[in-house]
Amino acid sequence: MKVNLRQMKKNQNGSIVQVKANGELGRRMRDMGLVPGTPIKVQGRAPLKDPVALRVKGFTLTLRNKEADFIEVEVD
Amino acid sequence: MDLTIALAGNPNSGKTTLFNALTGARQHVGNYPGVTVEKKQGQYNYNGLNIQIVDLPGTYSLTAYSMEEVVARNYLVDEKPAVVVDIVDASNLERNLYLCLQFMEMGLPVVMALNMIDAAQKRGIRVDADKLSQLLSIPVIPTIARSGHGKTDLMKAVAKIAEQEHHKKPLAISYGRDVDPVLDAMADEIYQNNFLTDRYSSRWIALKYLENDEQVRSLGRKHNNVVADNLEAMVDDLAVHLKQTLDTYPEAEIADHRYGYITAIMRQGVISIKQDQDRLFMSDKIDKVLINRFVGPLIMIAVIMVLYHFTFTYSELPVSWLETFFGWIGQLADRYIPNGLLKSLIVAGIIDGVGGVLGFVPLIMFMFFGIAFLEDSGYLARVAFMLDRVFRFFGLHGNSVMPFIVSGGIAGGCAVPGIMAARTLKSPRERLATLLTAPFMNCGAKLPIFALLVAAFFAENEALVMLIITAIAWLGALVVARFLRSTVIQGDSTPFVMELPPYRLPTLKGLVIHTWERTWQYIKKAGTVILGISILLWALMSFPSLPNSELARFQAQHESIMNTASSAVLIELQEGEQAAQLSNDAHALHKKLLVLDGQEAEAALRYSVAGRIGTALEGLSALAGFDWRTNIALIGGFAAKEVVVSTLGTAYSLGAVDVDDTGSLSDTLAASPVWSPLVALSLIIFTIFYAPCFVSVICIARESGSWKWGAFSMIFNTALAFSLAVLVYQVGQVLGF
Repeated sequence: MKVNLRQMKKNQNGSIVQVKANGELGRRMRDMGLVPGTPIKVQGRAPLKDPVALRVKGFTLTLRNKEADFIEVEVD
Repeated sequence: MDLTIALAGNPNSGKTTLFNALTGARQHVGNYPGVTVEKKQGQYNYNGLNIQIVDLPGTYSLTAYSMEEVVARNYLVDEKPAVVVDIVDASNLERNLYLCLQFMEMGLPVVMALNMIDAAQKRGIRVDADKLSQLLSIPVIPTIARSGHGKTDLMKAVAKIAEQEHHKKPLAISYGRDVDPVLDAMADEIYQNNFLTDRYSSRWIALKYLENDEQVRSLGRKHNNVVADNLEAMVDDLAVHLKQTLDTYPEAEIADHRYGYITAIMRQGVISIKQDQDRLFMSDKIDKVLINRFVGPLIMIAVIMVLYHFTFTYSELPVSWLETFFGWIGQLADRYIPNGLLKSLIVAGIIDGVGGVLGFVPLIMFMFFGIAFLEDSGYLARVAFMLDRVFRFFGLHGNSVMPFIVSGGIAGGCAVPGIMAARTLKSPRERLATLLTAPFMNCGAKLPIFALLVAAFFAENEALVMLIITAIAWLGALVVARFLRSTVIQGDSTPFVMELPPYRLPTLKGLVIHTWERTWQYIKKAGTVILGISILLWALMSFPSLPNSELARFQAQHESIMNTASSAVLIELQEGEQAAQLSNDAHALHKKLLVLDGQEAEAALRYSVAGRIGTALEGLSALAGFDWRTNIALIGGFAAKEVVVSTLGTAYSLGAVDVDDTGSLSDTLAASPVWSPLVALSLIIFTIFYAPCFVSVICIARESGSWKWGAFSMIFNTALAFSLAVLVYQVGQVLGF
């Protein structure tokens, strides 16, 4: 099932389908390894539900919810 | 023979630790020209070969978005280091290789330091260094920077590569059947027109055009408009094609293929994982508690309180040593230099000025030590993670909290270390907004002013009023930050795509080096400027001195007081200086003389340039309820807020009032017809918001990289403070307070 990264729940796994951001945001996402095909897992959210922490390629990455909106994920 | 090499790598890959292990104390910190990014250099001696090591800022990539990336890239292109040592975190090979490939694409001779192999092993990750070396055709040396393991092997490989390779063929990755033909055509066009090829390779320029690199594009436009237009048109055509066929962008396509190249390497048995990757690592277990929804914020508050107490309580002792030392020098000067202008210059201008600057040193050292610990341990990134939602609303960043707290977010801090703490912020706009608003917090030097006014006018609600003052400062800082971010520092918030690095115990050596170099920078830069300003301010408050006729008048009054006294009393006064032991008559005489001295000091102050400015401003300042005495005190506060109370004392003929004992001054204010609770409130508001002290202004200018922002903070803050004070005073009057 394809969902937006914002909708993923804690501890849910999935694989990135598409990163729709370009410009600075898109570049930073790609620099950190957020490219199609990459498996990710939602590790948790900050106390105020935003930002979100992801496990990607063996490290932990944070993203704001409105930045997560640019990422489409195929959830397992 | 000399050799220059560059250390590069991702943040949190142990780059600085390796740099410290290689160079020890033999390092030199400066700035890259024109920017505030630190440039660290050091030396290593290998078999008589003197290796100069430049520590480049940690980056994930070599695009031109952040200052760090531009600096690193320009250094590599313009200074042409003999070798680039790429420090790679062995537990994070995939992401780290992304940067490594970019060095290789630039045709730089690379030696890889495969770092933290011990930590990787604990996670069950084993990297086959030989295999990796063979696949990338670069030397790969396993290292453990913390213990120095592998550093000799690393330098051996560096020396060997430096000897062999002068010109390395840039790595050419295939970017797929859509991009490759365009890339080749563009590289041809670039090569044939010698378009920027003196600096970069043609394929690399083409690649940067496809990646939409602003820096290269603007260089290109300046160099040759026609070729630049051609190249941009080729990129646009490809962009349209990719959008239509694959719904993607050229830059995304390039990144995908780079990662594809990395995946292909990883699949050839470079890495073997023994344990289940989903197993929770130590770091994740700690995070279960430290960023827990409920416990996390409580622990964060506790950590911030500890940092605050560490900075301000433990530094008390060295601060008092410095105060004693400068007090002693002041006394020495007082005793041995004859009365007059020179003495006043040395005591009030130079010794107080230098003492004022150095007085901050222990504070800065403790603050940097504490923050470096939080930063190196990985906790600071978690603080930013937890608080981002709140601070983002005001156009700031989760990490803005540290500068705010240290500056006096908990009343009694100091803006100087607070402004310097903003270095941990990597997003330029958020950082600038933090720099400019942190001084609104109530630093330790503003507190005596509040204490004086509260004691005089709001004595029954002391605690409550102090709490309200703190709340006003926070509210003001956040609202102004939001205002600045939507006007002068406009722009989207910097993406919060940030790594939460694994927790690590910082090394003492790293912390000490880090603390010392920043403290030393402060002493060097702030010291010289402050001394000049301190002397200038002294001159403003001392010149012109009273005319002879006035001096004669005070002299005559002095004599007439002395004449009325009996000779027994005069002798008693000369002999015993302790007022408590004096007889009633002598005590009365002593008091009269003090009153006269106070009146003379008041007259001299009013006659000086500062006094004239204060008097001239009275017409304007009356709108906020301030008379000339308050104005002079506030002018003194431009230099240091500590000066306000003592100057106010002088202006009220009480002599320089000790900030720790303001009882008589607060009685005077409470009884004065000029003063009222409303005036006090107006002055409190003004004090919170007006120009930061000179040391802070200089720090703002240095940290923002421009005097413009230093000047802005003085003018904007004072205008804001005055408007607010007028508003409070006028509305209060209408309401009948």
